[in-house]
Amino acid sequence: MAENTKSIMAGKQITYGLYNDETDMMAAVKHANVKHLEIMDVFSPFPVHGLDPILGLSESRLHIAGFIYGLLGTLTAFLGMTWIFTKDWPIVFGGKPYWSVPAFIPITFELTVLFAAVGMTFTFYILCGLGPGVTNKVLDDRITDDKFCIAFDESEVSRGEAESFFSSTGATEFHSKVL
Amino acid sequence: MSSPISVIREPLVRGHKTYHQITEDLISPTEKTPGKGWIIGFILSVSILAFGIFCILWTIWHGIGTWDLNRTIGWGWDITNFVWWIGIGHAGTLISAILLLFRQKWRTGVNRAAEAMTIFAVMCAGLFPLIHMGRIWMAMFIFPYPNTRGPLWPNFNSPLLWDVFAISTYFTVSLLFWYTGLVPDFATVRDRASGFRKKIYNFLSFGWTGSAKHWQRWEALSLVLAGIATPLVLSVHTIVSFDFATSVIPGWHTTIFPPYFVAGAIFSGFAMVLTLMIVTRKILNLQEYITIAHIESMNKVIVVTGTIVGVAYLTELFIAWYSGYVYEQFAFFNRAFGPYWWSYFGMMFCNVLSPQIFWSRKMRRNITVTFWISILINVGMWFERFVIIATTLARDYLPSSWSLYSPTWVEIGIFIGTMGLFSTLYLIFCRVAPVVAVAEVKSILKTAGDQYTGPDAIYHGHNHGHGGGVHGIIEGTDYHAMHGHGGHGGHGDHGGHGGHQEHTDHRAHETHSHAATATAKETGAQVAGASTAAAASQKMDYNIPDYGGLKDDLTKIEGIGPKTERALNSVGINSFAALSEMEVDVIQDILDKADGNFLSSPESWPEQAQLAAEGRWSELQVLQDKLNGGKY
Repeated sequence: MAENTKSIMAGKQITYGLYNDETDMMAAVKHANVKHLEIMDVFSPFPVHGLDPILGLSESRLHIAGFIYGLLGTLTAFLGMTWIFTKDWPIVFGGKPYWSVPAFIPITFELTVLFAAVGMTFTFYILCGLGPGVTNKVLDDRITDDKFCIAFDESEVSRGEAESFFSSTGATEFHSKVL
Repeated sequence: MSSPISVIREPLVRGHKTYHQITEDLISPTEKTPGKGWIIGFILSVSILAFGIFCILWTIWHGIGTWDLNRTIGWGWDITNFVWWIGIGHAGTLISAILLLFRQKWRTGVNRAAEAMTIFAVMCAGLFPLIHMGRIWMAMFIFPYPNTRGPLWPNFNSPLLWDVFAISTYFTVSLLFWYTGLVPDFATVRDRASGFRKKIYNFLSFGWTGSAKHWQRWEALSLVLAGIATPLVLSVHTIVSFDFATSVIPGWHTTIFPPYFVAGAIFSGFAMVLTLMIVTRKILNLQEYITIAHIESMNKVIVVTGTIVGVAYLTELFIAWYSGYVYEQFAFFNRAFGPYWWSYFGMMFCNVLSPQIFWSRKMRRNITVTFWISILINVGMWFERFVIIATTLARDYLPSSWSLYSPTWVEIGIFIGTMGLFSTLYLIFCRVAPVVAVAEVKSILKTAGDQYTGPDAIYHGHNHGHGGGVHGIIEGTDYHAMHGHGGHGGHGDHGGHGGHQEHTDHRAHETHSHAATATAKETGAQVAGASTAAAASQKMDYNIPDYGGLKDDLTKIEGIGPKTERALNSVGINSFAALSEMEVDVIQDILDKADGNFLSSPESWPEQAQLAAEGRWSELQVLQDKLNGGKY
């Protein structure tokens, strides 16, 4: 399935159905898998647990990115302080060694967290194509309220097929829209 | 129609909401024109803030000589206020991060507001070190950046610089965490808005669509941010405590400071969350989202952390005595009996004694008591910082330089000004953003709300045709029956819910869960049949009245615990109705023959059971208030 908003932005003809309950929607997704109907995307007002595996979404690798950013923070802080206090401008503080590792721990820790958090959050927004000033067209205003939406791309699943699917799986309504 | 509930936990979302109803309830405060109360509050906050800004400008213009600091007391109200605000700023991230990791679902009702509060409190806190520097226009010197002064770097070995890193990191991470949580909710506001408002919220919502992949990443991000924010929140106050603990001042340089400060921070943070949430839920009518169960959970945190703080105070005293170090001993003697004795005893009373009231469940669930205790704790935690800072500095090593300290109007003005800043920001937040996390509340509705659908869920509303007359009476008191409501599919009249008193609401719930239990489960026969053949023969001996599959929670009877309940069930007493018809002697005989020791006396059980069976809960409550452990 198409994973990000770029495909939605491309001006496609989309057939979508709305469900009143997440359990109905999940059952419909399973049904679509059985019938080999390629689902373009599913939209919901909150994260529906158990949806990802049946939708075939691979696990997010955001945490790996977070680890790398964190490591970068650790190195920046520790190596930075080491360079400053041993090479750039060595100063004796209270008779302690120039390279006083225990005293570097708090700042090293803080920068690890800061880099990981900032890096991950920005990666998240960039990957999702979200950010200040971004306007994504929405299929239905009620998706952020109480409707669960399954969307088919008309080039992959014909409108007739989609409509019969929606009426057989308990969708309360279905429409077609160009995005 | 049937609406399931959990047998184990009290629901965290009440009022049988639909998803749409949740959206309505939580988003609509941002859509209405502000009420009179809000406008008055806002004008008041801004005026106080303006006075605070005036005092800050006064300080900057004239220098910190306008404060009553002196050679002996170099830190007065400024650092006291700084530590106080930072402490308050600990609850938000604790609630959103640590409680997320521990899967505590009650966080969803309060996390949004608590995080906002954290961010505003940290902003207030950050002001104090900045203006305390004296020359605020050189504040950037605290950050390590390549400069033309050498480059000259800050001292990375100094706890004060660690503080700079800790607090700026804490602020940034809290802000990212909070805002990322807000994005889906801003999208909900956007999709309900029109015109210019839609444009604003479109910008704020970053173009959120609710796509499955986005939600997956959003959850992954929240989880990892929670994972790293957890040690972060603990590190921040640890580092603040290092400001004192790494010094050579008696009363400051103690190793107990980090855990003691962290517990104190969580303690004061939760107190401030309670103060704010009790007011907010009342004004915005959020009693069904921020329930008594939420308040009780927070009060449990209060009693634990307050007691930890108390233990820390006593440990300090003990160590001062045990160390044999006269300066340390004097520092603590001076705190308790020196010129500032009132702040020491104020601290002890507010922080250690007052929260002990929350060992009582009744008090934990009492809104008025909780509100006033939370105010006491806010005051007490301010005293604690004042005791640690000003009192300790006032009497140092040299009696010739002993001094006293009282704040000037400028210092008082700045402190009050930060309260103005805090409340101004909070009031704006209440207007522009949903105070309760909309998407998160929706996501727990069916796992922790009153529409629980888990494996042990109980469905009610059906008449299974057993139980006879008693059943009918219980059904009559059913919460749903009273409100004419039929499950989560259709919500009748929302307006009717606004007027619920806390107490009756809770009572109604218990009745409701009881009725559910009574009428529940097609497997009723199996429950009765669960008793063994031996038990069945005993049943004959005791002549237990047969109520079919009727199964009640007998622990509702004062004097009956789970163990006693099992003993009664084993002979076939499963319902209030059956228990009410038993003779006291016979019950005593059953208990005597059952395994284990049963200390409570059954004398009042039949009478209590009679009331319970007939659904006369308020009368039962009155009776139980009179009883002592089930005895008359």
